[in-house]
Amino acid sequence: MHKYIFRRLLSLIPVLFVVSLAIFMLIHLVPGDPAAAMLGEQATQEQIDALREELGFNEPLVMQYLHWVGGLFRGDWGKSYFMDGSMLEILGSHMLPTLQQTLVAVGFATLVGVPLGMTAAIRRGGVSDRLISAFSTVGVSMPSFLMGLGLVLLFSVKLRWLPSSGYKEIADVGWVQHFRYMLLPGIALGFIEMGLIIRMTRSAMLEILDADYMRMAKAKGVSRTRMFLKHAMKNALIGILTVVGLSFISCLGGAAVTEAIFNLPGIGKLTLNAVMRRDYEVVQAVVLMVSLLNVLCTLVLDILYALVDPRVRLN
Amino acid sequence: MTDLSSVRRELRREQRRLNIRRFFRNRQAVFGSLIVLLMLCVAVFAPLLAPADPLAQTVSHRFAKPGEGYVLGADKLGRDLLSRIIYGARVSMTVGLSVGLCSMLLGMTAGLYACYYKSLDNVLMRICDGLSAIPSTLLAIALMAVFGPGIPNVILALSIVYTPRMARVSRSAALVVKEQTYIEALRSQGASATRIIWRHIAPNIFSAVVVQASYYFANSIITEAGLSFLGVGVPAPQPSWGNILAEGREVITKAWWMVVYPGLATALAVMGTNVFGDGLRDILDPHTN
Repeated sequence: MHKYIFRRLLSLIPVLFVVSLAIFMLIHLVPGDPAAAMLGEQATQEQIDALREELGFNEPLVMQYLHWVGGLFRGDWGKSYFMDGSMLEILGSHMLPTLQQTLVAVGFATLVGVPLGMTAAIRRGGVSDRLISAFSTVGVSMPSFLMGLGLVLLFSVKLRWLPSSGYKEIADVGWVQHFRYMLLPGIALGFIEMGLIIRMTRSAMLEILDADYMRMAKAKGVSRTRMFLKHAMKNALIGILTVVGLSFISCLGGAAVTEAIFNLPGIGKLTLNAVMRRDYEVVQAVVLMVSLLNVLCTLVLDILYALVDPRVRLN
Repeated sequence: MTDLSSVRRELRREQRRLNIRRFFRNRQAVFGSLIVLLMLCVAVFAPLLAPADPLAQTVSHRFAKPGEGYVLGADKLGRDLLSRIIYGARVSMTVGLSVGLCSMLLGMTAGLYACYYKSLDNVLMRICDGLSAIPSTLLAIALMAVFGPGIPNVILALSIVYTPRMARVSRSAALVVKEQTYIEALRSQGASATRIIWRHIAPNIFSAVVVQASYYFANSIITEAGLSFLGVGVPAPQPSWGNILAEGREVITKAWWMVVYPGLATALAVMGTNVFGDGLRDILDPHTN
């Protein structure tokens, strides 16, 4: 197991190198002079020169990259031209709403997706299977902004049950009120993931239901409930957990859209504001942080997978 | 030689016939392809189908309700919503098709060469791993921040997002084919790498690649609409489903049609493409289902 973890950690080095290089290069892909683009049309040549000097653009590209990576290790992730405080503080303060929204999204996707996927697999070919499969197709085809607008139209404009936008902290309004604000953004964000989880659960379950040991259990006279809950679900859970883990990352990366609809002060909103103001270092920092979280999550999932299933680490 | 090539031709024809028969028997594929075809027709014949100029403003008809002289209503500047949705299909289909094709060609080429040359494999796949580690929506937004808004830039950004993912799919499909005995036989006969890659491996992974490309087609429609919705994709006044929805969001309480109709168009296009992809997968690549 240690060997597997060591090998897996080693394999991260090239991935992290490429991720960092790609994100570093973002600012250099800006057509023309990035410093001029950041300062806008009214900037004087002196201001542009000063910013170029400050950002280190006059140095060779390799040196710029090395300084940037060195800074990352020292906790210097760059600086925003429109917000005060260090970049890590800015990221930290915007992370909470995104994480809360992501948790609601993944929770919703899992709680709805897993039981539906299992039902579809158990009733393979039946009416419920067909209905659930059609529902999952609608799910994977429903962009979060569309779902978000639909939910606002129904639950906020028509029924007036839930707030249409805004963010309230738990400390200020309590859990229930906070959850009311998070519910619609969470469902909108998690709807596509729910569709994917239904599909993955269904196919993972089907594969297991066809396995020889299931036939054996049936021949031994094990009850249906026990067979599904103990034998099938336990084995399908590994695959399902992986999809749920990947959904988490996907929601974290896709939160920008729902945060814009529901006006949540998360990292997605931060990125968008940074894009509009051409605050490139903030864009770089957010993309880097979410990518690192992605790499970390995948690593944890892989290790968990290897812990549960010995075949993985032997390969 | 003539005999062999005629047998090969006959086999190919037979395979095509079989695929066509399977296609018409697969309800998903037929239904999905009808929707995709409909969307493509709307996109191509937009100038003929649209009842009005999508940019023409009649301020006195602001927020005209559906039916009041406008089939699907009018927007805040009195522009015909139906015409804007029809022209929006052009943007979505252009982006979807271009990104699907670009990522298919580039990703397949990278995957094929990576599979064939070990040294290239390490470099290319590490690049793909790295780029795939950046969440797709975020990478698309970041790239649009760099390139600036506009359809060509959306296509470029989304192709950068999906090509590495396609390269991985192509490579793993190609690795299976590469291990087949006939490839070994070809190599021992002295066939060139280019010939083996393009004439013998590529056709065998094509179905897996096409199926994947159809999903990227659907995803690109979603992402383009999302980017335009956020204001970093296709800029106004050019109509795109995303920017129509963004305008609709501001007036959601008084002009529901501004959200419902472009929303339905987007959902229908994405669902049609997804269903088409599922059907195609069942026909061409049954073992992945």
